[in-house]
Amino acid sequence: MRQVAIYGKGGIGKSTTTQNLNAGLGEMGKKIMIVGCDPKADSTRLILGGLAQATVLDTLREEGEDIELDLVLKSGFSGIRCVESGGPEPGVGCAGRGIITSINLLERLGAYTEDLDYVFYDVLGDVVCGGFAMPIREGKAREIYIVCSGEMMALYAANNISKGIRKYANTGGVRLGGLICNSRKVDGEADLVGAVAREMGTQMIHFVPRDNMVQRAEINKKTVIEYDPGCAQADEYRALAKKIEGNDMFVIPSPLTQDRLEELLMEHGLMDA
Amino acid sequence: MDVKAEILGSYNAKVFKNRKDHILRINKAEAENPEIAANTRAIPGIMTNRGCCYAGCKGVVVGPLKDAVTITHGPIGCGFYSWGTRRNKARPDEDGRNFIQYCFSTDMQEPDIVFGGDKKLRAAIREAMEIFKPRSILICSTCPVGLIGDDIHSVAAEAEREYGITCVAFSCEGYKGVSQSGGHHIANNGLMKRIIGSNDLAPTGKYPVNLLGEYNIGGDGWEVERILRRIGYDVVSVFTGDGSVQAISRAHTATLNLVQCHRSINYVAEMMKTAYGTDWLKVNFIGLKSISGSLRNLAQYFGAEELMERTEEVIAGETAAIADDMAFFREKLQGKTAALFVGGSRSHHYQELLSEYGVSTVLAGYEFAHRDDYEGREIIPAIREDADSKNIEQAEIMKDEKRYRVFLSPQRYEELKNTIGLEDYKGMIRDMPDGTYVVDDLNHFETGVFADLLKPDIFFSGIKDKYVLQKGGTLSRQLHSYDYSGPYAGYKGAVVFGRDLVMGLQAPAWGMVSPPWKINAEKSAAEGQRDSHA
Repeated sequence: MRQVAIYGKGGIGKSTTTQNLNAGLGEMGKKIMIVGCDPKADSTRLILGGLAQATVLDTLREEGEDIELDLVLKSGFSGIRCVESGGPEPGVGCAGRGIITSINLLERLGAYTEDLDYVFYDVLGDVVCGGFAMPIREGKAREIYIVCSGEMMALYAANNISKGIRKYANTGGVRLGGLICNSRKVDGEADLVGAVAREMGTQMIHFVPRDNMVQRAEINKKTVIEYDPGCAQADEYRALAKKIEGNDMFVIPSPLTQDRLEELLMEHGLMDA
Repeated sequence: MDVKAEILGSYNAKVFKNRKDHILRINKAEAENPEIAANTRAIPGIMTNRGCCYAGCKGVVVGPLKDAVTITHGPIGCGFYSWGTRRNKARPDEDGRNFIQYCFSTDMQEPDIVFGGDKKLRAAIREAMEIFKPRSILICSTCPVGLIGDDIHSVAAEAEREYGITCVAFSCEGYKGVSQSGGHHIANNGLMKRIIGSNDLAPTGKYPVNLLGEYNIGGDGWEVERILRRIGYDVVSVFTGDGSVQAISRAHTATLNLVQCHRSINYVAEMMKTAYGTDWLKVNFIGLKSISGSLRNLAQYFGAEELMERTEEVIAGETAAIADDMAFFREKLQGKTAALFVGGSRSHHYQELLSEYGVSTVLAGYEFAHRDDYEGREIIPAIREDADSKNIEQAEIMKDEKRYRVFLSPQRYEELKNTIGLEDYKGMIRDMPDGTYVVDDLNHFETGVFADLLKPDIFFSGIKDKYVLQKGGTLSRQLHSYDYSGPYAGYKGAVVFGRDLVMGLQAPAWGMVSPPWKINAEKSAAEGQRDSHA
């Protein structure tokens, strides 16, 4: 069982990318579980065809300790099992503690079955506190992909996340598997993300081009592969899925200094007008 | 023998550097009033006796208010272990209400941490209103509440609107500050900003006073009130032993604040001076000379002939009534030595009483005092604020134009500053003789070394080290809680104190106990002998 955590700046497309690439892996016959670690509980909408299921934490709150796994685990496209951790409404409580509670509960309920090839954790935004690092602690996800684009703030967040990974890599076994560039069509994007990845000691595992097909599929509550299996963007996600399936480059990242990051931006990010 | 050198010699460089400034050996020729380090962080792992911010706020200052339902907002442990452990006694008000025996807690569970505890707090308030119908509810928050950021102050404001009660929230999460001292300050701020001054009902007596920093441990406050009433004072409110929100809402109508425990309540005294012009006087109702001195100062303040006469009558009568008992116990206690390690004022207060019994103090220390409690208030401007003290709110208090009153003329005020020490406290160190030790934030290792080397006949401390001392053969009495006894304050309390000491010293049961480590040492020595024979 490969446990994979997806991190990245808020709004960069982590949930979309995770679900689309999982659809690709599903097509390849892989058995997958997605654990949504975002209080908004929208990490599995495209696989399930809508926000259908009760979250782990809501169920815990309402049912007490007596929870059956099938209350919170639902299967969607290509048999992919989906769980949403859930969490408090904005501005109250502790979402980080929620993730810890939720993952512990999933383990106790026996959600991690032997037949799974992959468990994906789709984690909210930045690693702001201990709770959001829960998926990469000892015994959980061993590999991480960071979704980013060629935009400064996305790369800044990616660099910051790699610091968190390095911390846990030194004590646990977690490794960075690469950066996934979810294109925003900025200047010199592939070069820039590739260069930053190299300096971190990792790779840009795939460049996902920007395509309105993704938006269309999302409005229809579907992954691109399910919505239009023959389109070019579907093949991009299939390619990403294959690369992840065959990936053997797992590193302890070496984060860049702020100055170096800005240098790379000057070098690659400005195209001559 | 220099115990300070002995202790410091056992420390590594880092601990040595920290602790050396917290331990003094008094040498008047060298320094009349030496500087001591206090109110700074304890070294992790050093086994300090200190408590937390919540303990200072809920446990000490607001907990004793009997007409309020005080809800501990947090998981059950903080509420449970602060339930009935401080022996602050209270009698029901005329309406029969007294919530002191209860423990109210929101009993937060994991889902409350994740989703926020404010809903459960609201439900707890509703439940308290339905069952107990209190006039006031106080909310004390514990660590996790601070971490997840429950907005307890808005819940309190909502409860005031909904139920028409007084509801005050205290953000006294345990991790704030370096000891329980931060909690005292937070509690003082809340009482001052929200309760004092909210009821203008005038005092009935001619000489209205408040008693500040008297928590009625073992009935101390009742004995002090008894004496004050005999002389003719009107005790408007007590902070906070057997006290009530209703009484302290009128505190500003009193003329003078009497300050017993300077550390825990001086903030209220100062803030009331700013807002209402109320003068304050440091008193000590422990020990005959201190009581009589405090009573005379008090009479001087009001300056009325009838008060002064009555004061002398009461002093003479009370002293005569206990003279035989005092002499009897003195005979048995004469020549003994004592060590004192208590909160922030008792280590000073009890030295006089002990000396009246012929017991000399060889060591005195405070758990959470600040430098002014050791060195006197004149050094306050010299105290450097650090990140920890800046983290505790300094309430901004404005003059209350409508309620501000001046009792003394400026000349009389200046005069009394000099004669009765009005609005001053000289600290503990000045009263300690050469060769004695003053230690701030004493830890278990140091307690052991002092007990071994100074061999005090009695070591006054608290629950955390009492049994360590007694198993080592030294009598120990808890000066925070008085074990199961009291009162020790006032004239009658002085006798109870003497009786307890004599009981302890004449039944030295602990000295006859062989501690397990000694028995084991003997056994293993004997076994070793057997083995060598075999």
